[in-house]
Amino acid sequence: MKLLREAYYIILGFLQMLGASGLFLLKLLRLTPQALARPALIFQQVFNVGALSLVLIMVSGLFVGMVLGLQGYNTLSKFAATSALGTLVALSLLRELGPVVTALLFAGRAGTALTSEIGLMRATEQLAGMEMMAVDPIRRVVVPRFLAGVISMPLLVGIFNAVGVLGGYLVGVKLMHVDIASFWSQIHTNVDLHDDFRSGVIKSIVFGIACTLIAVFEGFYAQPTAEGVSRATTRTVVNSALAVLALDYLLTAFMF
Amino acid sequence: MKQTRTIEIVTGFFIILGFAALYVIATSATNIKSYGEAGYAVTANFTNIGGLKERAQVTLAGVEVGRVTKITLDPKTFDAVVTLQMNGHFNQIPDDTTASILTSGLLGEQYVGLSPGGSDTYLKNGSVIQYTQPALVLENLIGQFLSNSAKPSSSGGK
Repeated sequence: MKLLREAYYIILGFLQMLGASGLFLLKLLRLTPQALARPALIFQQVFNVGALSLVLIMVSGLFVGMVLGLQGYNTLSKFAATSALGTLVALSLLRELGPVVTALLFAGRAGTALTSEIGLMRATEQLAGMEMMAVDPIRRVVVPRFLAGVISMPLLVGIFNAVGVLGGYLVGVKLMHVDIASFWSQIHTNVDLHDDFRSGVIKSIVFGIACTLIAVFEGFYAQPTAEGVSRATTRTVVNSALAVLALDYLLTAFMF
Repeated sequence: MKQTRTIEIVTGFFIILGFAALYVIATSATNIKSYGEAGYAVTANFTNIGGLKERAQVTLAGVEVGRVTKITLDPKTFDAVVTLQMNGHFNQIPDDTTASILTSGLLGEQYVGLSPGGSDTYLKNGSVIQYTQPALVLENLIGQFLSNSAKPSSSGGK
């Protein structure tokens, strides 16, 4: 009985969080046209959210591609099918690993920064100060950060994929001596522009919206204490990771 | 002032790099070329297509000239109806061309191979390829081989 009641409250809490972040998303979208009138604020945040994640994304992409190349080579060589290595690397990156790993790294690198920044603004009453000056803190602080995240994510995923394919190429062709022609021609015949590339881009846009929304939502509604901000930051990473993995399953089931 | 300038430059660099990466992936790591020309569609009826899949290549003399876009079943004759989307560049293929289903490589990827005829009229949108060769099914081949070799009169081997 007690277990049942706890489950009931957990489900209720989950629904409440989902509803609150949905309403928050609607509020952000309604204020988007006004925020677009001041693009400088958005670009400033694209720098914070996207450009500062660049090195992390490129290094991770290179290593993920190189690991894919090695693992793929070892497995495919058992079936004498190493010529399919290019397809394996490119398809895994474009369809799955690119969007998912980038989103997880993004949540850790940029999402936490957004949450703690907004949360600290809340804790130090900067947001309240803005309201006193009749400046809407959602429009001035939250929406530019949200838009910057949504813009940055597909670009980061594109960079991750490009560097990842390069990593797979380096390991496969340069290190393991897979034939260079079969590596690229397999990619060209088997990676479809619509099925694989476009659905990867759609995934990255959805993940961008989800991760950034969770980050700014947690920050904006953080408890205005040191502990509250730290909890909100933790929740950002955990919730983003869960949301990305669940959305990834849904999107994959829909699109492929 | 100098600092905002650096930030703006780095941001611009990031945006351009992102779009460039997306462009490079889309053009050099996908089959974008086969979406190039509008082209024309022809159909061919096969008695058996084996393992042919949609998006398989259509080649002539080894050169890719199109893609398989649709595979359906004719409800009356029970033939497989394969729609070939031909690249617009190759608009002078004779209409008595033969289409056969062939296998490339060891992994057994199947494709449609065209061998041109000698007609003066060309394939155009909606035309039907008359001469087709079905896919070779391994079991049937082995069956034929066995029944041939069972005959004592056959001249090759035992």
